[in-house]
Amino acid sequence: MSASSCYKNCQPASIGKKIIMALSGLVLAGFVFGHMIGNLTVFKGAAAINEYAEWLHAHPGLLWVARSVLIVSVIAHIWSGVLLTIENRIARAGGPAVEVTRQASLSSRTMPYSGVIILAFIVFHLLHFTFRKIALGGQEFGADVYKMIIAGFSQPAVALFYIASMILLCLHLSHGISSVFQTLGLRNQRWRGRLDVVATAYGWVIALGFISIPLAVLLGQLK
Amino acid sequence: MKLDAKIPAGPLADKWNNHKAKMRLVTPTNRRRYHIIVVGSGLAGSAAAASLAEMGYEVSCFCYQDSPRRAHSIAAQGGINAAKNYQNDGDSVRRLFLDTIKGGDYRAREANVYRLAQVSTSIIDQCVAQGVPFAREYGGLLANRSFGGAQVSRTFYARGQTGQQLLLGAYSALSRQIGAGTVKMYTRHEMLDLVLVEGQAKGIVTRDLVTGEIKAWASDVVVLCTGGYGNVFYLSTNAQGCNVTATFRAHRRGAGFANPCYSQIHPTCIPVHGEDQAKLTLMSESLRNDGRVWVPKNSADCAKPASEIPEEARDYFLERKYPSYGNLAPRDISSRAAKEVCDEGRGVGQVVDGKRLGVYLDFSAAIKRLGESAIRERYGNLFDMYENITGENAYRQPMRIFPAVHYTMGGLWVDYNLQSNIPGLFVGGEANFSDHGSNRLGASALMQGLADGYFVLPYTVTDYLAGVGLSGRPSVDRPEFKAVVKEVEERTHWFLNNNGNRSARSYHKELGKIVWEKCGMTRDKAGLEGAIRDLQALRDDFWKNIKVVGAGNQLAPELERAGRVADFLDFGIMMCLDALTREESCGGHFRTEYQEAGEAKRNDDTFAHAAVWEFKGEGNLPKRHTEPLTYEEVQLTTRSYK
Amino acid sequence: MVKPSEQSSHDSERTLALRLRVWRQLRGGEGHFEEYSLAAVPVSASFLEMMDMLNEQLIREGKDTIAFDHDCREGICGMCSMTINGMPHGPIPGVTTCQLHMRNFRDGETITVEPWRARAFPVLKDLAVNRSAFDKVIQAGGFITVRTGSAPEANNTLIPKPIADEAMDAAECIGCGACVASCKNGSAMLFVGAKINHLNILPQGQPERERRTLAMVKTMDDAGFGNCTNYGECQAHCPKGITLDVIAKLNRDYLRARVKDFFSSTGKARKGGE
Repeated sequence: MSASSCYKNCQPASIGKKIIMALSGLVLAGFVFGHMIGNLTVFKGAAAINEYAEWLHAHPGLLWVARSVLIVSVIAHIWSGVLLTIENRIARAGGPAVEVTRQASLSSRTMPYSGVIILAFIVFHLLHFTFRKIALGGQEFGADVYKMIIAGFSQPAVALFYIASMILLCLHLSHGISSVFQTLGLRNQRWRGRLDVVATAYGWVIALGFISIPLAVLLGQLK
Repeated sequence: MKLDAKIPAGPLADKWNNHKAKMRLVTPTNRRRYHIIVVGSGLAGSAAAASLAEMGYEVSCFCYQDSPRRAHSIAAQGGINAAKNYQNDGDSVRRLFLDTIKGGDYRAREANVYRLAQVSTSIIDQCVAQGVPFAREYGGLLANRSFGGAQVSRTFYARGQTGQQLLLGAYSALSRQIGAGTVKMYTRHEMLDLVLVEGQAKGIVTRDLVTGEIKAWASDVVVLCTGGYGNVFYLSTNAQGCNVTATFRAHRRGAGFANPCYSQIHPTCIPVHGEDQAKLTLMSESLRNDGRVWVPKNSADCAKPASEIPEEARDYFLERKYPSYGNLAPRDISSRAAKEVCDEGRGVGQVVDGKRLGVYLDFSAAIKRLGESAIRERYGNLFDMYENITGENAYRQPMRIFPAVHYTMGGLWVDYNLQSNIPGLFVGGEANFSDHGSNRLGASALMQGLADGYFVLPYTVTDYLAGVGLSGRPSVDRPEFKAVVKEVEERTHWFLNNNGNRSARSYHKELGKIVWEKCGMTRDKAGLEGAIRDLQALRDDFWKNIKVVGAGNQLAPELERAGRVADFLDFGIMMCLDALTREESCGGHFRTEYQEAGEAKRNDDTFAHAAVWEFKGEGNLPKRHTEPLTYEEVQLTTRSYK
Repeated sequence: MVKPSEQSSHDSERTLALRLRVWRQLRGGEGHFEEYSLAAVPVSASFLEMMDMLNEQLIREGKDTIAFDHDCREGICGMCSMTINGMPHGPIPGVTTCQLHMRNFRDGETITVEPWRARAFPVLKDLAVNRSAFDKVIQAGGFITVRTGSAPEANNTLIPKPIADEAMDAAECIGCGACVASCKNGSAMLFVGAKINHLNILPQGQPERERRTLAMVKTMDDAGFGNCTNYGECQAHCPKGITLDVIAKLNRDYLRARVKDFFSSTGKARKGGE
């Protein structure tokens, strides 16, 4: 079997990749919800969020299971997304000289772009708050997550980057969530409109939930 | 020319079964050693190719379209007849047979029509098994509706797209065989000639429309399912590519062409809108159930909008002339009545070529009576289609309609086995002349195409092959093939290099006008004689001044068109000659000299026969032969719809 | 864009002068746009009749005509295929190019006419493309296996009317390829989904359901079509109103077939039990 025929035969069919994309997306969309709820404990005060962080670290087994699932999902999501995007570019063969869009939403047309930026954000975010290597002015926070958050978001550029990324995440989710149902064959004309509303609402809930923290820091509500 | 119809002996109802029992067979292991060429992929062609391949023969199928699914069978709207008697209204094979033979005005062969009625029921079974989504009742049973010319509900339908669904069914069967490798499909290939070896059809010559390659193909038998010749009229409801070339080229090689003067005119088409129009669109006849047909009484009113013409100044001419049938008078009668009022200068709509050719089909009374929503529910899609094409809203103003050619009953002469007078040349579907006589009933074209393809040709072709034996297929290196290829190449080369100044389309338009005027809804001796002279002059001019642009090794639509128009010109002459020599009126052929109180007057003593034309060389008029039609079971009566 | 109903009844006299930017390409060559002027186009003409007029003008000038696919000219054969001002089948939703009329264009307008653009539909000449990939997909499984003459009595299998209607909705697809041309991914999922929906919901289609789905999807992928990313452009450009529902159901049937295949010890669904 030559390399090129393996490329064709060893990867799942188009719909298979879509299903991988949908299922991994579903995991990630669920994760961001949990992450957001956890983060919002910051509004209950330093003790609450530090306790939450401590609880997480006290259960490394659980944490690593979750992390493994997340890592696999992220890799699957990126892998299928990259393959689909490349194949689709080739299949389009340049497209017409006059490009017209009748139905495709902005969010659907920008999925690869919002996806790449969100990926960049995730890398930044991990270096920032998980590995604590950048944008924290070299300070050590130890177990005081609350303090780290305040310090992290006190820099307007960083806070704005977080806010912008969350708006892109909202965009990504508003197409992605509804698409999950379509790809798994659970959507029809009657439900399409409703699912689109649900997806957009979900995107905004996630985004606003996350944005509220850097915004509160910027506006001096969280200190 | 020897015309032996080979009708099996015995009682009418047993002929087909007896015949099938006696026909020769080919053993399964030998079948793959026979090669069958099928030209055309409509209902008859797809069905025949798929069925023969299923049996084990090696089949090659050719079509000019880019996919077999595009054949013009796809455009049939109404439905398909079958004597299932699901409605318990007294239908039977015999009744379908009688309706069809009467509808054809007693100019079809009894035995063929009876067989058609017999196999009609198997067609429905076959199509349902293929997944054709026929309309159904809530209980899950198949639904039926009634159609013109019958007192029973025997028409099966799939919305307004029955032809599409049946063709997609046949196409799927064909596709299965292509996928299995038993049918080799050649799309965008046009058959340009037939090859005879020792008097038998043994192959064809095609042009690959994409690459321009001209190639010979040898086979043991050739089956033509290439449709009708309605486009000789230039404007018709046929697809743009429909042409007579395959059957006319076979005719030039010796196949008899039967009854070319029989063409059917459909009364409810959208009128011609301008000189540059290339196509007429048919709307379902069902519109006449609720629409009233009228024109102004006074020709001075014709230019006014309909709303400004008062009730007393309107002539509801169908209701006036045919009080009992009124607006539901049969197709040919309604069509002729519309032509008459327009010829009197009382037509409505746009002036095209100095005339207004259209009559109103007015729904205002029905809208007043039933409400707009009821009309919208019944005919919404047709009103939308009308508005899309004409830009007019038929809820607010009357539709305009005019008759147009949409089916041709004539075709290559075939015997009971659907074999032409050339051994090894079989003809199915609209391309043959066999089942509709001089007029076709609604919902019978689909029935005939599928009957020929699924249930007749597989048997009769097998019988023929068993007779020729295994050594029958010649090599394409034989001189017969080389000679025909050379002729086709020379003709193609001539077209591409002739230094002319007129496009093929302009000739086609002129041809269409002549035959529509003189050999259309009504014909007469002087007109037909004039038409033949005009067509001969037009043909001579064509062969001097035709201009074909394009390259021989690329898609060359003008080259395709020129070849088709060339054959249509010769064919048009033969059609007029047939109309001239049939000195009677019957079905779609109405000679003004032969009428009784405005109705067609048949002459059964002299003309109860099929006229079969033999090619007599380039530039010569063809020679008329006859196949007498003998009726053992039916009484010949006069149609009356007064 | 003018709504047809707002037109007067006798608009036949109104004509347009147009500039046309038309894609010209020989088989195997590179393509380019050429500009043409065409005067006195009646607004009652169809778009293809306008193209006929342009071709007659080219013949008078001794130039090669523009090749384009067309046949029935009543919106059912699926042969016509032009991208007009960026829209497959032009600006009016729900109609094919052959049913598009010139009253929908403005006097003096420049109209850009291109072929279907997709890797799986190579250009044959000018505006005509090769859509045989669609036929290959059907050949792979777009049928119910029934030999001529072997069919049972038609009314033996009852099909509830809603099922028959749903199958018919999907079966209305004319195979024109506008879904592929409009899709920003060059995906054929609407076409394949329509055929899968037609056959997979009928009782007659059940025995081959999994095999059909897997085989058609594989052939579709091999033909070089793109993947569906749920843009919905296909639905918005389909002249026959086929909806994204058929894609959702294709996805579901594919998933179902893969799961069945995965848990079957022989992998018979994929191989068709041969």
